[in-house]
Amino acid sequence: MKYLHNIGAYFLMIAEVFRKPTKWSVMRTLILKDIDDLIIGSLGIIAFISFFVGGVVTIQTALNIDNPLIPKYLIGFATRQSVILEFAPTFISVIMAGKVGSFITSSIGTMRVTEQIDALEVMGLNSLNYLVFPKIIALLLYPFAISIAMFLGILGGMAACVYGGFGSLDDYITGIQMDFIPFHLAYAFIKTFVFAFVLATIPSYHGYYMKGGALEVGKASTTSFVWTSVVIILLNYLLTQMLLSQ
Amino acid sequence: MIEVKDLHKSFGENHILKGVTTSFEKGKTNLIIGQSGSGKTVFLKCLLGLFPYEKGSIAYDGQVFASLSDADKRNLRAKIGMVFQGSALFDSMTIAENVMFPLKMFTKQSKSEMQDRVDFVLKRVNLEDAHNKMPSEASGGMQKRVAIARAIVNNPKYLFCDEPNSGLDPRTSIVIDNLIQEITEEYNITTVINSHDMNSVMEIGQKIVFLKDGYKEWEGSKDTIFRTDNEAVTNFVYSSNLFKKVRKMYLEEHE
Repeated sequence: MKYLHNIGAYFLMIAEVFRKPTKWSVMRTLILKDIDDLIIGSLGIIAFISFFVGGVVTIQTALNIDNPLIPKYLIGFATRQSVILEFAPTFISVIMAGKVGSFITSSIGTMRVTEQIDALEVMGLNSLNYLVFPKIIALLLYPFAISIAMFLGILGGMAACVYGGFGSLDDYITGIQMDFIPFHLAYAFIKTFVFAFVLATIPSYHGYYMKGGALEVGKASTTSFVWTSVVIILLNYLLTQMLLSQ
Repeated sequence: MIEVKDLHKSFGENHILKGVTTSFEKGKTNLIIGQSGSGKTVFLKCLLGLFPYEKGSIAYDGQVFASLSDADKRNLRAKIGMVFQGSALFDSMTIAENVMFPLKMFTKQSKSEMQDRVDFVLKRVNLEDAHNKMPSEASGGMQKRVAIARAIVNNPKYLFCDEPNSGLDPRTSIVIDNLIQEITEEYNITTVINSHDMNSVMEIGQKIVFLKDGYKEWEGSKDTIFRTDNEAVTNFVYSSNLFKKVRKMYLEEHE
């Protein structure tokens, strides 16, 4: 029953977020601040992880190809497919559930604990619109971060392939250009937009409706990470089934 | 004037407010007092519309809050200033930005007009040099004064304060009490203060409502509270030897 209550409350929250909009001049500032906090502030960790995981995917693929009949350019092909289809949109989103999600839950939760949300409500503002809407808009730029992750993942794979002696640069480039299906990019970005919405709203829900003090803010952040990750993984399965299966 | 009739509020099985009827007068500092758990904060949050209530009515100058449209509720709330127990200043904004916030939200003033108004209210609460400080850099007393400045910046008709003296030293408490009373009289607003600070009761209690176990046990003023023989009130207000002596002296002086 508690789960059903939470699911219902979550969708009611989403409806409320889009009601009674905050003054645009104020909202613009909030959106820019959230773009800085949520997107720009995450680029460093996204770049670091993408580059090295791209390298690891390449090395593991290369090490598992021991049949001399299999061409070397398949290393590049496998890296591209792994990075574009799964690693960049899904793996990075789970990491962002930890970084961005915890930040959102703890910042909104602290506002709840210190009565800042009550202060917004008393003033007659729609606190959900004020707090959550800018995060949803800011995370519309999340696909931009994911495209950087894709690029750096493939670049990391190339560095590992060439400098690790697993194949030539020509082989790798041939591999990443081979049998390219543009819809795979569309699929990846559709997933990314859905995950961006989840990343903005589930942590906000856990922060906004938390009760208690500082300890509960910590617990809410943990719960938010768990549920955001679970929802991302489930949606990943559903979207893959819907978009890629024949 | 705020009129409350037969207000009931429960959380599940827990009946917190059990039919409170009272009124808060314009241009006066109205205090709600009572022991911890008596329902003061719930009562204040019902008055502010933060908690829905099951039964009863709250009318602001004749306008019954529950029967207002959403737009009218928003308009009414724009006339309410609130000082929260923990000040509830926005961490990410400077003191000046905190005070300017209601102006940005609810007025179409130019930036210079807003700046002038912020300068004026910060000066009014003796914080003319604190514009660029962050709330975390301000002391508890300063934060309370910033909260008062933010609450009055929009010329509210109603001012609510939840435990404005909590966590403050006696000297700063008196400063805050006096400031609230001066502002109430200066702008002729209806001020409702939730407190269990007996100094506030004696100093600024122009009207006092005493809550006990969710009921209104007694109401009066700082003068009549000295003469009341209501046992619950005297047990609460005169629980310390100091206030017993103060009461004795007052009664001897006025006999």
